[in-house]
Amino acid sequence: MARVELKQITKSFGILKAVHESDVVFEEGSFTTLLGPSGCGKTTILRMVSGLERPTGGDILIGGKRINDVPIHKRNLGLVFQNYALFPHRTIAENIAFGLKYRGVNKADAAQKVTEALDIVRLPGVEDRYPSQLSGGQQQRIAMARAIVIEPDVLLLDEPLSALDANLREEMRVELKSIQHRIGVTTIFVTHDQSEALAMSDKIIVMSDGRVEQVGAPAEVYNNPASVFVANFLGASNIVDVDVKGRGADTVTLDVPHFGAITLHADRATNLGDATRGKLVMRAEKLHLADGASPEGTVSTRGVVEAVDYQGQLARYFVRIGETRFQAMNMIDGVPFAEGAEVSVVLNPDDCSVLANEA
Amino acid sequence: MSAWAFIRFYTILVYTFMFAPIAVVLLLAFNNSQFGGFPIDGLSLRWFAELFENEAIMRAFRTSFILGLMTAAVATTVGILAALALVRYQFRGKDWVTTFLISPVLVPETVLAVGLLIFLRWLHMPRSFTLLLLGHSIIALPFVVLVVQARLVGIRREYEEAARSLGASPVQTFFSVTFPLLLPAIFAGALFAFTISFDNITATIFWRPSGMETVPTQIFGMLRHSVSPEINALGFVMICITVGVPLLAGGLARYFSRRKV
Repeated sequence: MARVELKQITKSFGILKAVHESDVVFEEGSFTTLLGPSGCGKTTILRMVSGLERPTGGDILIGGKRINDVPIHKRNLGLVFQNYALFPHRTIAENIAFGLKYRGVNKADAAQKVTEALDIVRLPGVEDRYPSQLSGGQQQRIAMARAIVIEPDVLLLDEPLSALDANLREEMRVELKSIQHRIGVTTIFVTHDQSEALAMSDKIIVMSDGRVEQVGAPAEVYNNPASVFVANFLGASNIVDVDVKGRGADTVTLDVPHFGAITLHADRATNLGDATRGKLVMRAEKLHLADGASPEGTVSTRGVVEAVDYQGQLARYFVRIGETRFQAMNMIDGVPFAEGAEVSVVLNPDDCSVLANEA
Repeated sequence: MSAWAFIRFYTILVYTFMFAPIAVVLLLAFNNSQFGGFPIDGLSLRWFAELFENEAIMRAFRTSFILGLMTAAVATTVGILAALALVRYQFRGKDWVTTFLISPVLVPETVLAVGLLIFLRWLHMPRSFTLLLLGHSIIALPFVVLVVQARLVGIRREYEEAARSLGASPVQTFFSVTFPLLLPAIFAGALFAFTISFDNITATIFWRPSGMETVPTQIFGMLRHSVSPEINALGFVMICITVGVPLLAGGLARYFSRRKV
């Protein structure tokens, strides 16, 4: 178990700069997610920590020691891949014991550890099977067992759930997190899936174009995005330009097109600074459609439902207000609104956050 | 005549043209008569018996066999290393190296044979078994490289990366992961190399030291005097080896892969 620190790390592939000068810290024992679209540099960072790629510049420290020049097989890391990468020519027991062999563990102890690891991933009794005889979810558990049995200093998970189907993915999400929690290993998790990131992480590092966009706890990143990119990447957001009308002791008053004046708590405006114009982030799931009067403390305006994307217990509405199209993600209460329905669009100021205009 | 009937007739004609000479050899190998020809007088294994008593032929057999095995060993070893470099590493001039390795297939064998001979003359080296082995390895190498390369492309890098992350050094990774996964291709490549060496005559005639015969050059030498029925028997044995060995190997490979998975 160890703290991982990247100092001014960069990586270039020829003329392409995959990671720009970044400082990143993965706290000891924490579950940290690198989140971003493909090509944002998140996997490159993981591969640099693992030793599969050499950084172009900067330092990598594990447990305080600079390990730039330590080859991968001497770093003591657990690595789990999207495609499991179980050795197809070896049994499950041989797969899990693979790393123990290079650590001088004798056969009896290795067998004991394999059994324990299989218990941890809740898949006892499959020692003698071959990887192709297991399902995708089971194979991923074995890959996890193989990585943790060597008691790595850091566990690196490279999109480990992406190859699984939707139901299994959610189940494995909980499972993975609980395994990590039990063994308490410093974990770096790479994903492009925002719901995985929100559900599993102690800390999320949002990346885009080789740069770190925001670092924070899931709720922080979700509620208070530091940039338009983050606001859009973590769930659907409506972003409108607003003027700052006034500032109180710990409030900011904004003039929002269509909705009028709203007042936010100052901690929802930390990314506004002292700008006079800003961008208001309204989460789609926080914009409510209603046909009655709006509740106390909210502001509302009238709009027309243009399209409905029905998703069972949820519906995504596209609502036209004036010239602008808004997205609203609502739980369905009874019958969903139909296309063409005139509705009132209700916004609770407490659910919004505001960014400086240039962000 | 309908088009399909024509195609059928034509196909039979082509196959007859291709296989009739071979069938004649196979049949005449069992002919009792001293002079090869139809009709067959009676079935006999006497030509096989004479074959095994013919010291020159048996010597040629041994030479061919050892040469084939060694060619397979050399071409496979070099071929695996070359394929690994070509698939797993990036370096300048990779395309040129690929072309260079494959070129023995494209260059006419006579040209290759004469070229190597002149080169050796320039180095003041006599023709020898080593030269023969070297030459055969060059001819067989492209086949090994192509087969191993094709398989290696299909082995995902993650296997090797996983092994490395678990503590295996690059060499340990090769022997514990890459090599076992490559085994079918290595096997196929070695087999190719063996049969190519065992069959080769054109280049062998140029390269062999005087007094050394391989099975094909031995047959060629015997044919210059007369068509002895022994040669038919020898042809039969050759066909059995060059067809039978790959078939057997394929069957074994399938048997083992089924047991594994």
